[in-house]
Amino acid sequence: MSRNGPLSLLFHAVFVVFMLAPIAVVCLVAFTPEGYLSLPVNGFSLRWFRALASYPEFIDAFWVSLWVGAASSFIALGFAIPAALAVARHQFPGREAISALFLSPLMIPHVVLGVAFLRFFTQIGISGTFPALLVAHVILVFPFALRLTLAAAVGMDRSVEMAAVSLGANGWTLFRRITLPLILPGVVSGWALAFIQSFDEVTMTVFLAAPGVETLPVRMFLYVQDNIDPLVTSVSACVIAITMIALVLLDRFYGLDRVLAGHSDRSS
Amino acid sequence: MAFLELDHVSKRFGGHVAVEGFCLSVAKGEFISFLGPSGCGKTTTLQMIAGFLDPSGGAIRLDGRDLARVRPARRGLGIVFQSYALFPHLTAAENIAFGLEMRGVPRAEREARVRDALAMVGLAGYGERHPRRMSGGQQQRVALARALVIRPDVLLLDEPLSNLDAKLREDMQIELRQIQRNLGTTTVLVTHDQTEAMALSDRIVVMSKGRIEQIGTPHETYERPASAFVSHFLGKTNEFPAEVRPNGSGRVLVAGSCRWPAPAGPSGAVTITVRPEKVAFADGTADGLAARIANRIFQGNHWLFQCETECGAALVVRQNNGERQPAEGEAVRLVWRAEDMGLRRGGEA
Amino acid sequence: MTATAATTTAAPPAAAAASTSASAQRAPWALVLPALALFVAVLVVPLAMTVLLSFHNWGQYTGIEPVLVLKNWAEIWSDGYFLEMFVRTFRIAALATVLTALLGAPEAYILHRMRPPWKGLFLLVVLGPLLISVVARTLGWALLFGGENGVANKGLIALGLIDRPLPFMFTETGVVIALAHVMMPFMVLSVWAALQRLDPQIENAATSLGAGSLTVIGRIILPQIMPGILAGGIIVFSLSASAFATPAIIGGRRLKVASTLAYDEFLNTLNWPLGAAVAVLLLLAIVLIVVGSNALIERRYAEVFR
Repeated sequence: MSRNGPLSLLFHAVFVVFMLAPIAVVCLVAFTPEGYLSLPVNGFSLRWFRALASYPEFIDAFWVSLWVGAASSFIALGFAIPAALAVARHQFPGREAISALFLSPLMIPHVVLGVAFLRFFTQIGISGTFPALLVAHVILVFPFALRLTLAAAVGMDRSVEMAAVSLGANGWTLFRRITLPLILPGVVSGWALAFIQSFDEVTMTVFLAAPGVETLPVRMFLYVQDNIDPLVTSVSACVIAITMIALVLLDRFYGLDRVLAGHSDRSS
Repeated sequence: MAFLELDHVSKRFGGHVAVEGFCLSVAKGEFISFLGPSGCGKTTTLQMIAGFLDPSGGAIRLDGRDLARVRPARRGLGIVFQSYALFPHLTAAENIAFGLEMRGVPRAEREARVRDALAMVGLAGYGERHPRRMSGGQQQRVALARALVIRPDVLLLDEPLSNLDAKLREDMQIELRQIQRNLGTTTVLVTHDQTEAMALSDRIVVMSKGRIEQIGTPHETYERPASAFVSHFLGKTNEFPAEVRPNGSGRVLVAGSCRWPAPAGPSGAVTITVRPEKVAFADGTADGLAARIANRIFQGNHWLFQCETECGAALVVRQNNGERQPAEGEAVRLVWRAEDMGLRRGGEA
Repeated sequence: MTATAATTTAAPPAAAAASTSASAQRAPWALVLPALALFVAVLVVPLAMTVLLSFHNWGQYTGIEPVLVLKNWAEIWSDGYFLEMFVRTFRIAALATVLTALLGAPEAYILHRMRPPWKGLFLLVVLGPLLISVVARTLGWALLFGGENGVANKGLIALGLIDRPLPFMFTETGVVIALAHVMMPFMVLSVWAALQRLDPQIENAATSLGAGSLTVIGRIILPQIMPGILAGGIIVFSLSASAFATPAIIGGRRLKVASTLAYDEFLNTLNWPLGAAVAVLLLLAIVLIVVGSNALIERRYAEVFR
């Protein structure tokens, strides 16, 4: 394999600047000592991070996001694991159609999901509640939970389960003692990817949000729509920092390209 | 009295017949091999015994009890898989203990039996290792110990040695046979390796295309193959077209320039079969099949000769016992004892 | 629908063989039933209700009237405003797709040729933003573009590339640039996956036959990664056409696309039936484009996908 030439490296440098500039500028502005947006930043101050304390709306939204993300990913896995096992191991009529249905939230524009859920939840009278938000996010993250679990189930050596059966294990024991531990890496990364999806989602959630059940991205979006000031950049900087930490951890434990590979076929 | 009995067992996948009319009685303590090329139905039959596949027809009985309604988990069979199928997240000891745990064996007894099982397969002290940290041979032993520790009625071995290298495979064959004799466990081995089947089994079931070709002891199947398939699958065989003709009051068997008094049996076009190691060389004056040595290959403890005879190509194997052997290009006569010769109806094989 | 999805859902033959007993045939249904019930109740039903909603009537004072009329569809069909808005939506999506392909494909190739540890580090730098909140990333562009004295303009003037500040905020140019940034990881990832499938010796083989480096790229590499670029293009296009936060923040209130218009109808004007019609039309358009182009690509590159 040949090395990259100087032109390639120049292109690469410009590309990296392009990718990092908007993220860097957010973090830079977050540390401004001024009371208004100013670039370049003169000096360094944590005043806008301290100011966050007096805006409970962001803190509350952060907790809502955390809960919705964690809970919806867990619930989605509860449905996705049995479904993945069935799809991975059995030929049954309608199998292709059912898998397509399960992956369909990847292809449906989130604005359509938002519109549909808003209409549905309004009709059944739970619009603007936490459970409604949760159910919507379960559907949203289900494909990610399913994909990685499915990959783990397909890659599993079936004779290991046969061995356990021949030794007397059956049903729930077989699942808990043998099957689940063997697909656990896929399940855990499925949860992580599902959580990230839920935590970042804004388009669908903006339709379902109501005071008290606003996720952090929605609160940020609504804030930015009104005005852009250093406060929202300090919130963004926090979100970026949290994502970076999660990213490094995920890369350490599972390999980022494997996680993202499940991410990349969103349109399929 | 039959301990494990397969009664006209058959299996079809859609239109494809995988096993047909499989009948076999296995005595208690017997070591049986299912031998055949891949796709002959041997693994399918094993999976039906194990309960992972349901037979399309026929019955499988264990100690007189029909297994049809018995779930795999309740059959009490020990199975060693080709891939070993060890539980990667459990240690060797935990792997072996798993079946005992499922049976509710108390902890103290469990630990003692796991210790004994590890010692039996020569892995004492390896209990805390995880399978991934063990060699292929060690994993194989853990799989064997795991299958045997539950004291199964029948031990099923699915190509258990095929992933080991040649030297280790030979050692394991001897060890496996020793353990099986000591425990007296009824054992069914699936293999495509004829030397393995012959080395281990009391009886061999030779299979081809879903059907049984022959059931017999290793010696019987080798010396008196029931079909062309068996004689070819179990070692090498020379075949010569010949003819049985009436000759005065009796009948005579003619192949090329050779004549033998014909044994009772078929007349007309026949095929003579004779194993390469049963053929000897005689000088040009003797009464035998005229041949010329095309290639002489030295193989350590024996010589292999490729000969061109008046009735087609032939292989001859001679012990390397210090005697002079014919050189390439030399004209020889091939001779063998009448009782080492087989006769099959029909001309070309 | 792409090649990857097809391989992950193909059942291993052993699994099919092991599931012949009657109880085993009921098992898969018992396993998929909970998820299936959930999807029917909470996805299929709401989508059907939305389609139905698009045929309902709406009045300023009466609200939604549950009758079946073609009024909303007729309005979208006849009012040039909606045509212009949909054309704008797909124009922005197409430009963003072209931009990601032009920048992302070469970058993926450069990354592919890097050595560790740089390869891993820059892969993280390029793909990492995918997981960072879209709002935070778009906010970054809003700061860069911001007004006459935005950093982007200052930088470009300093480099001598332009002499007057360009308008980025509230323009299609700005939306396309920000969208390209948001979608870039999908393109790089898709091309990266195609590059991973290349025989590492193939460049050496071509070079040994006398090909120069440009010929190697044009004749050997590009044809093989084309399916990756096209697959990435479909992903980027469909996500850009349905993007919401980026056009809403950079495009502002006047530069409407389909998503932001549906949002306005639902949460500002409160004309839900019209908003539903816009959303359903967007869904149909995207499904048709994605399914159609997938089929075209798979037919054209059938042998590469095998």
